[in-house]
Amino acid sequence: MSDPRPRQQDGADRPASEAQSPPAIELRDIDKSFGPVRANKNVCLSVRPGAIHGIIGENGAGKSTLMSILYGFYEADRGEILIGGKQTRIRSSRDAIAAGIGMVHQHFMLVDNMSVVENIMLGAESGAILTSSVAAARAELERLERDYNLDVDPDALAGELPVGQQQRVEILKALYRGAEILILDEPTGVLTPQETEQLFRILDSLRKQGVTIVLITHKLREIMAVTDDVSVMRGGEMIAHRSTAETSKEELAELMVGRKVLLSIDKQAPQAGATVLAVEDLSFVDRAGVPRVDKVSFAVRAGEIVGIAGVSGNGQSELLELLSGIKPITSGGFSLMGERFSAGRSLDPAAMRDLKVAHVPEDRLRSGLVRTFAAEESAILGYHRDPAYTGRIFMDRDAIQQDCARKMADFDVRPQNPNLKTANFSGGNQQKLVLAREISRDPRLLLVGQPTRGVDIGAIEFIHRNIVSMRDAGSAVLLVSVELDEIMSLSDRILVMFEGRIVGEVPAHEANERLLGLMMANAAPERSGVAG
Amino acid sequence: MAAAPGKIPRWVDVALIPLVNIALAFLVSGVILWTIDVNPLTALETILFGAFGYDEAIGYTLYYTTNFVFTGLAVAVAFHAGLFNIGGEGQAYIGGLGVGLGILLMDSSLPFLLILPISILLSAAFGAAWAAIPAYLQAYRGSHIVITTIMFNFIASALMVYLMVNVLIQPGSMSPESREFAPQGQLPFMHEVFGWFGLEVTRSPLNLSVVWAAICCVLVWAFIWRTRWGYEIRTVGANETAGVYAGIDPRRVIVLAMCVSGALAGFVGINEVMGVHHRLLLNFTAGYGFTGIAVSLMGRNHPIGIVLASLLFGMLYQGGAELAFEEPKVTRELVVTIQGLVILFSGALAYMMKRPIERAYLRIAGGFQRPAEQEG
Repeated sequence: MSDPRPRQQDGADRPASEAQSPPAIELRDIDKSFGPVRANKNVCLSVRPGAIHGIIGENGAGKSTLMSILYGFYEADRGEILIGGKQTRIRSSRDAIAAGIGMVHQHFMLVDNMSVVENIMLGAESGAILTSSVAAARAELERLERDYNLDVDPDALAGELPVGQQQRVEILKALYRGAEILILDEPTGVLTPQETEQLFRILDSLRKQGVTIVLITHKLREIMAVTDDVSVMRGGEMIAHRSTAETSKEELAELMVGRKVLLSIDKQAPQAGATVLAVEDLSFVDRAGVPRVDKVSFAVRAGEIVGIAGVSGNGQSELLELLSGIKPITSGGFSLMGERFSAGRSLDPAAMRDLKVAHVPEDRLRSGLVRTFAAEESAILGYHRDPAYTGRIFMDRDAIQQDCARKMADFDVRPQNPNLKTANFSGGNQQKLVLAREISRDPRLLLVGQPTRGVDIGAIEFIHRNIVSMRDAGSAVLLVSVELDEIMSLSDRILVMFEGRIVGEVPAHEANERLLGLMMANAAPERSGVAG
Repeated sequence: MAAAPGKIPRWVDVALIPLVNIALAFLVSGVILWTIDVNPLTALETILFGAFGYDEAIGYTLYYTTNFVFTGLAVAVAFHAGLFNIGGEGQAYIGGLGVGLGILLMDSSLPFLLILPISILLSAAFGAAWAAIPAYLQAYRGSHIVITTIMFNFIASALMVYLMVNVLIQPGSMSPESREFAPQGQLPFMHEVFGWFGLEVTRSPLNLSVVWAAICCVLVWAFIWRTRWGYEIRTVGANETAGVYAGIDPRRVIVLAMCVSGALAGFVGINEVMGVHHRLLLNFTAGYGFTGIAVSLMGRNHPIGIVLASLLFGMLYQGGAELAFEEPKVTRELVVTIQGLVILFSGALAYMMKRPIERAYLRIAGGFQRPAEQEG
């Protein structure tokens, strides 16, 4: 395993002759059931060598199952796998690696406190004594970096690299093991637009070197931007194969969902009213002494949606946590409908809820829900002290259940079963449940973080419409999202955060991806509307 | 908690897996017995008869069961808050100290009907206080509760030795025991209670605290699943970040859960000090606090499961003692070994058989309600 197989270097562009060569991957009638549920139904797929092949589908469409079969995590119940025209049995990831398949997982599998070169040789060391393998690995790594234009410092600690670079290390790991076929599972979820651009350039140069790439994503924009071919999955079946040049976002969206989808949101001009939230010089310094939120000032008025764009980790999360009372203010403060909060005044999420501040947290599973609870219990999280749900001692189970059933009906949460364990709902339905809990309280300020992360397209539409209707009903909405599309289509004003500061403000109608992307990297030319 | 349809039905997790674990423990015990030329089946029969065969045996079995219910519930309540309370032993010890001190002060002046509730409160308060210190240290000072509760077992033990030898010892006595309580400071034995109704039952240590244990099961169930404090405890235990998001202060939940846990462990003192020995003495906890961990694990932290697991361990304690008595080749140490194997298989290795059994179930049954959580 330590000696990566030599790879023939193809010409700069895909030679025409390759069209005749057997497909790099061919899946025939792959079938996989988990009990009575067929996650993959007679799936056929053919990937041309040296092409970037996108596989798109909603959550639960069977994409990951299919790739897990290809990478040896599961074995198919029926069907054949042909790699380079040769029938191959893949029973473990070891088999997959031997067949030249490499996988870059959504969540990186790096050891943070090891260097890049150590990470790359991990599991592929040539012997018990490491010194010689390290030297060999370093030489090979340098060759790969040169050949594929993948620039990473071999001695940097993996944990200290930015996310985009960590992903490169993952790609290098696969190449080091001799991968000629690279599977990338939702690779852009954690990247900035600029890093995404870089990743796409890397993929392009890999393609030119003859590497076959399978890109799994649910983002239509990425499919259109980088792939040659695209296959659409829905409900475990392969619905369609298209050449990317001959299809459109709208067609793919419709194929994915099985019905027409509105990709943009119809909304009226905002009817902004009185200021609900006025933030002044708000700062938060974490335990390590790093200012996470740095003298931030802005205002949100009733009836408008203010979006906060930024690469994740630039203080947006902390800002939401300050405003919802989870984190204590270090200095500065904010007023909420005249009520003033500052460093001296101890904050408490329960008190903020009493002031009709609702908070849809960024990570529903980490903080918005309790996976092991019945849905009805998750549906009162944070409001469990409300006299509507609890008496002096005992909670009112009937009231809680009825309340949950009502929320489920209003927000189309499926299955409509308040007793079902929270973890057994799909991501979209979990998110609808959180949204139902927070919105049905008629909040005056709605704090929303990443409302559609990991949510399928059909539910995204529904969630967006509900946020807009909250605005139209007169709530002030503060939206934090790393999805620029979402920020641009929902917000009335957009603030950009970088390293804890607000580095710019753009009215929604003037915003575009390039401008926001530059501001998010703090590389924008000076703009007039800089707040903060 | 509502019965949530998972891919494996609940009865597999709740009933089948514990039963398989026990069977494995008995199988290994059987092999050990077989090697020393004891017929494992005869031994099993002796254990079962010794535990349930006649009224005195049942009395002893239920007396042990009572202690395990208290300590098992104690571990379970802490577990729901995500805390591993290893200190049941020490909390039971100190709870017993509270009972003993209270009764020594009260038994000459107050009637039984006042002494009983005060003693229950004292055992709870002393047990809770002993648990509250590690809880405070965990919540506000970041010391790990497992370490501190273990340490507090030793401190409790040392403290008791000091108090019994130097302070509470009956003047003129050689053994470190307090004076015997006056009759109104003694909890009636069940054979006495049955006697009031004219029923003849053989003498055993089983006393009225078994009723209190049953009441505690209901109270703990209602507390954990029907009150908002239980809701907050379960929230913090399952997902602390969600707890903070919901405006629940995890530090207060930790202290609350540990106090309830310590109070439950302290009730061992009611059974032992007020119910059986009628005096303060050393080492009356006899490892019940530690066995409570296995009981709670095996009972899946639910009162019903804890009652069943307590019965099993009560049976092992009583039936095992009988086996050592009946079968000369089986020593006291071997009985402890068998108990240890049950604890090993149903406690420490509780989840060892989970995956194989689930896989086997899927292969056999083929039908289940929900798919594996596939993102794809």
